[in-house]
Amino acid sequence: MQLFKGLSAYSLTLALLLVLGAGQSLADGIGLQADPSWPKPIHDDMAYGQLMFDRLEMQSIEGSEQLLWDAQAWYGKDLDRFWLETEGSYNDDHSGEIENLDLQYSRRISPFWDLQTGIGTQTSFGTGAKQERYYGIIGFQGLAPYWFEIDSNLRISDDGDTWLDLEVEYDWRLTQKLILQARAETSYAFSEVEDFEQGQGLNGITTGLRLRYHLSREFAPYIGVSASRLLGDTKDLAESEGDEDSTATFVAGVRLWF
Amino acid sequence: MTQHHNKQRRQILQALASAGLLSTVYPLMPALAKQQQMSLVPKKTVGNADIFDFNIARTTLEIDRQLTSQAITINGTIPAPLLKLKEGREAVLRVKNALDVDTSIHWHGILLPYQMDGVPGISFAGIKPGETFEYRFPVVQNGTYWYHSHSGMQEQLGHYGPLVIEPEAGEDIEVDHDYVILLSDWTFDSPAEVMRNLKVAEGYYNYNQRTVADFFEDVEKMGWQSAWQKSAMWGQMRMSPRDILDVTGSEYTYLINGKASAGNWTGLFTPGEKVRLRVINASAMTFFDFKIPGLEMTVVAADGQPVQPVKTDEFRIGVAETYDVIVEPTADAYTLFAQSQDRSGYVSATLASAPGLTAPIPDLYPRVERGMEAMGAAHAMHGDSAMNTDQNMAMDHAKHDGHQMSEPKSVDSVSHGPDNHGPGAAMVVDKPISRLDDPGVGFEHLDHRVLTYSQLKSHHGWPDKRAPAREIELHLTGSMERYMWSFDGKKFSEVDGPIRFYQDERLRLTLVNDTMMDHPIHLHGMWMELENGHGDLRPRKHTIIVKPGERVSALITADAFGDWAFHCHLMYHMKAGMFRVVSVA
Repeated sequence: MQLFKGLSAYSLTLALLLVLGAGQSLADGIGLQADPSWPKPIHDDMAYGQLMFDRLEMQSIEGSEQLLWDAQAWYGKDLDRFWLETEGSYNDDHSGEIENLDLQYSRRISPFWDLQTGIGTQTSFGTGAKQERYYGIIGFQGLAPYWFEIDSNLRISDDGDTWLDLEVEYDWRLTQKLILQARAETSYAFSEVEDFEQGQGLNGITTGLRLRYHLSREFAPYIGVSASRLLGDTKDLAESEGDEDSTATFVAGVRLWF
Repeated sequence: MTQHHNKQRRQILQALASAGLLSTVYPLMPALAKQQQMSLVPKKTVGNADIFDFNIARTTLEIDRQLTSQAITINGTIPAPLLKLKEGREAVLRVKNALDVDTSIHWHGILLPYQMDGVPGISFAGIKPGETFEYRFPVVQNGTYWYHSHSGMQEQLGHYGPLVIEPEAGEDIEVDHDYVILLSDWTFDSPAEVMRNLKVAEGYYNYNQRTVADFFEDVEKMGWQSAWQKSAMWGQMRMSPRDILDVTGSEYTYLINGKASAGNWTGLFTPGEKVRLRVINASAMTFFDFKIPGLEMTVVAADGQPVQPVKTDEFRIGVAETYDVIVEPTADAYTLFAQSQDRSGYVSATLASAPGLTAPIPDLYPRVERGMEAMGAAHAMHGDSAMNTDQNMAMDHAKHDGHQMSEPKSVDSVSHGPDNHGPGAAMVVDKPISRLDDPGVGFEHLDHRVLTYSQLKSHHGWPDKRAPAREIELHLTGSMERYMWSFDGKKFSEVDGPIRFYQDERLRLTLVNDTMMDHPIHLHGMWMELENGHGDLRPRKHTIIVKPGERVSALITADAFGDWAFHCHLMYHMKAGMFRVVSVA
């Protein structure tokens, strides 16, 4: 708890400092003869925003249907942005999990990389006991050489549990509108957290292939396959609960943004 | 034509313009068009002053057979009517703002007192709704120029027109017909929406990106290893060789004198006559490649300034540039063909010996892909040395995500220097090269002549013979992913003062393009004498295209006191911050 408080205080202070620093207006490049009452010749420091459902899809696992979402929204300027990110699933038995709901401040620190920090929560709901934890986040997101999209975060919960996750995506452009996306995600926990079926060590790996067709830049339905395999302690935990340690499913969904 | 006829004609034109009928009726009136087919801004003369009136308003009109209500027009038409000035006289230009937002007119390429330059925030406060601003300056030059808004994104919406200045001693090239060919790009969407798409979705308008099929085509052409190396090299830099234009034919309707290809603007001639075409690129974002199949063109002026005649078959015209060409057509009809630099679209028009005659419209050239030259000499020579990054731990990337291109590669490459321009610059060119004798990307397959900057040569030297006493080097920088554009990695709002020129000094301005795109760089108020290898016979330009990986330089005499805008003339680059003020004092 102490650690969590410390971390969130740290990230909020950092965010504030960076935002204030970035927001502080310099004299701009205006000329020597300019009258201070004149409008600026250009306004290059405007804020933009976007809401994107990277994945909004149906999966069928062991005969039960599941809705999965993976969405991000951002708002801000070229270098400083606020991000809201969430991933989760909703099952046909009304149970589900908000795997993460993160609010982060993001700063572009080099041409292709953002440093991000913030707070978030993980919640399960529906059948069984409701589980919930809060955590602080520090991570980065960006574009690696050879066009790999990478998002990685270190999370430290209010109980001091610490885990690291990594997502990698790659797009193959088959035509100008038909794109095959490969994605892989994994996570590593530094300690066991039984409530969240998280074993110590590498938890598992999920890979997927999705073929999407852009009806427009904003709207692209897709079909694909996704496979998950639990590893190590996490696998043992799942087995003791009677859960499958590996699943594979067809997916159908849509990628869209506003 | 007598004075009386002229007046009558002007009255007819004014009536037509105000009724918004000009574009539909005009092609039926070729008899009126001996000298200029375009309507003129009406002129009043008082003593030594020529007085012109402009009214800026939102107008509903038809573009490419589609009605639009977002056009911002000057005196009711797109483009605005031709402003004809005369050298040696005083120009009085009264501009009324009938919009509900501020506006302005910048006289592009014209030497004048800085308060008359028409850039809000630099020359004046702008023209408020309902206000009339009077520009007044002596006309001290001649040639082909243009005028346009410098407020918001009005330039994209039709707020532009041609400006031709007659030499004090009369035209020195006698022609039978004198036509303005004004090229522009029109969108039916709001420019703010276009800007937002560029900002949030890289490559939004680019439907010519590399696909898996292109890779296998490369394999067929150059074998697995080279194809893989090429692909890996671009991938390593996270750059696309297909980034040619940010806004393409997928969004734009291209226009010649306000008409799309279907409208087929037509200029008339009698076979054997001599015709001057004053080609102006008034686009917001489009570089055009201009040719007239079957007709040789003789380039006689660039950016309004005379050059020694160059015979050519085609030329690339960057945004804001102008070229005067002389043609002597003998056949019945010719197609004027302007294709966008990325070949995503074109606009055509006709030169004909009688109304209704047309010539075949040529095919677009194949889609364009940049080669290694875009990265300067170092990469052309040591391309594969950039491929040595390790990729083992994702966490590593934040650390070593600098510019592999700026790392010293071998003893013979001149290092770019320690400054990698920060997060706003996705690349730096290690060893920029001169590419003045290169017409640019996309002409590789041709067997006809294409104009290059190195062919431009003035008739005589310019008055200021001094060698430059000072050098200023600026790097053109950007990041396509976030649509950030800047000089030296800093956008306008991030720098804390203007670029200083000292009054009357002679200086050399060197521009280095550290991006993957061509940028038309425009200096207000002063000529840039392009150093292109002809000694004193430097061509004078107001806008210089800098190609990717290129280093160009120009000499400037800082004789124009005051503040001047200096920017990339791609409108969305300028709006994103590729903009500075030059203060001469």
